[in-house]
Amino acid sequence: MTTVAAPITVAPTAPPIIRQAGWAVTDSLVMAKRNLLVWSRVPAYIVFTIVQPVMFVLMFRYVFGGAIHVPVKGGYVSYLMPGIIGQTGAFASMGTAISLAQEVQKGAIDRFRSMPIARSAVLAGRLIADVVRMLITIVIVVGIGYAVGFRFQNGVGGAVCMVLLATGFGLAVCCISAFTGLAIRDEESVQAFGLIWLFPLTFVSSAFVPIQTMPSWLQVFARNQPITLIINAMRSFALGGPVAHALWTSLASIAGVLIFFLPLAVRAYRRTS
Amino acid sequence: MGGNGTGQSILVEGLEKRFGDVHALRGIDFAVPRGSVLGLLGPNGAGKTTAVRILTTLLTPDGGRAVVEGFDVVRDAAAVRRLLGLAGQSAAIQEELTGRENLEIIGRLYHLGRAEAGRRADELLERFDLAPAAHRPAKTYSGGMQRRLDLAASLVAHPAVLFLDEPTTGLDPRGRSGMWEVIRELVAQGTTLLLTTQYLEEADELADQIVVIDQGAVIAAGTSEQLKSKVGGDVVEFTVPDASRLGDAVAAVAGLTDGDPFTDQETGKVSVSIGDRGSEALIEVVRRLDAAAVEIAGLSLRRPSLDDVFLALTGHAAEESAATPGPPRRRGRRARQEAGA
Repeated sequence: MTTVAAPITVAPTAPPIIRQAGWAVTDSLVMAKRNLLVWSRVPAYIVFTIVQPVMFVLMFRYVFGGAIHVPVKGGYVSYLMPGIIGQTGAFASMGTAISLAQEVQKGAIDRFRSMPIARSAVLAGRLIADVVRMLITIVIVVGIGYAVGFRFQNGVGGAVCMVLLATGFGLAVCCISAFTGLAIRDEESVQAFGLIWLFPLTFVSSAFVPIQTMPSWLQVFARNQPITLIINAMRSFALGGPVAHALWTSLASIAGVLIFFLPLAVRAYRRTS
Repeated sequence: MGGNGTGQSILVEGLEKRFGDVHALRGIDFAVPRGSVLGLLGPNGAGKTTAVRILTTLLTPDGGRAVVEGFDVVRDAAAVRRLLGLAGQSAAIQEELTGRENLEIIGRLYHLGRAEAGRRADELLERFDLAPAAHRPAKTYSGGMQRRLDLAASLVAHPAVLFLDEPTTGLDPRGRSGMWEVIRELVAQGTTLLLTTQYLEEADELADQIVVIDQGAVIAAGTSEQLKSKVGGDVVEFTVPDASRLGDAVAAVAGLTDGDPFTDQETGKVSVSIGDRGSEALIEVVRRLDAAAVEIAGLSLRRPSLDDVFLALTGHAAEESAATPGPPRRRGRRARQEAGA
């Protein structure tokens, strides 16, 4: 009991800038570690993030796949996997909104704010954790894909580029999700409405079926919306084929989302107090 | 330690805060000498939490100033954050993680090294009787254990000033007395403490000085004894079991004192402030009730409690106004902070 008695105070003087920048990084990593630890402890989260995409792979491969004809080497499973992986990246963001809304609701974010930790750490830690979680899920989904007949046809470089693009896309959706979670702040509402727009956007794209099979009025939208562009680029990375156009447009749309929604998320975070 | 030599750890002057139409704080003043305990007492919506949120740098005041250990909470917010600890409604606890993991992570966020954070976590778990549960997820803890863990989290960095926002709200009596014991120990070690509570008993038990706030303004301040003396003497209390006779009972004893007797409709309890007339007044109460043919139960003469003080100061009981929220409630965090609970 000798060491705890005297209130030894942390020096109140401001530490140097470089030290503070270093802390901003370590604070974010500590927050990320905390978030991943929580994720690994809740079976429901694991089911939601990993089992669900695996179900999608199996369902589309074996249930719907037989009815969908694609002019792609390796058949439908080759066509499908980049789409599923893109969808996995996008849907991983659901957790971002829900967790942030939970933390606002129960006052955890306030508590962190009253501590001398980097202002950016809560948001950055959340995004880092979600990207890590997304990568784990993507690796598992690719593994399942291999088990059901999928093969990368464009070498290791292409495979890595595809995963990176999916992750970048997922991060962009996570920023939108972070904004909605912090703006709505109510867990149930976030769960119900937060990402409902993602469903039509991912299904009315080239992710699961060739766009040519859709009615012509829908094709106009499906062909030009960002998720199609991103999935097309991912598909070219995975299976070979011209990448350039789809890649630049998808990178531009990812950058656009980040530029627009990251500041919005930061602003919503500041306003939670 | 601090930047001022006045001996005041917390200084609040003319503090004001508005949320839209709600004037949550209407210029409050108080000071907390270093090493002492201030109880901020008031019903729900009085402005207690708003005051704590300003002092802990979470809200910016609209007027006045607040200083913690010599640092202005707006201009020197970063310095204030390095000095304060905040605990209350288990907000810092991540239920999926174990008690030890929770404290370790907080330690890391206070930039303790890995080993140091672990050592500090063990030390605090030991001190708050949580060591046997250290490796269990916090969601398996009782309410009292979660509050103790939350309090432990606020102490990781040895704060000079500790803010406890309604530390026992929602706890059962056992959990509450456990919390009180822990808080008393802390105070004995010289930590400056600001405590908000809606429980008069809690302020009475723990605080050196009490500031009573109601509807965003300080309506009284002083020691528990000083506040009690404001009521002016003893209280006769009795219960009317037959609710339909409550009105008659009140009418019978109304002429005894300057102020109106206080009645609690739910329990049928009536309290009459009788000044220094002691047993004489007690006999008079019995005589009058007998004349009115009102049957009573549990008649007593007692020293005034802080409940009586609150009643005398505000004209309503603490619990009564706690049950009737001021501004309309909306869902979520925003509603809570705007109500300034």
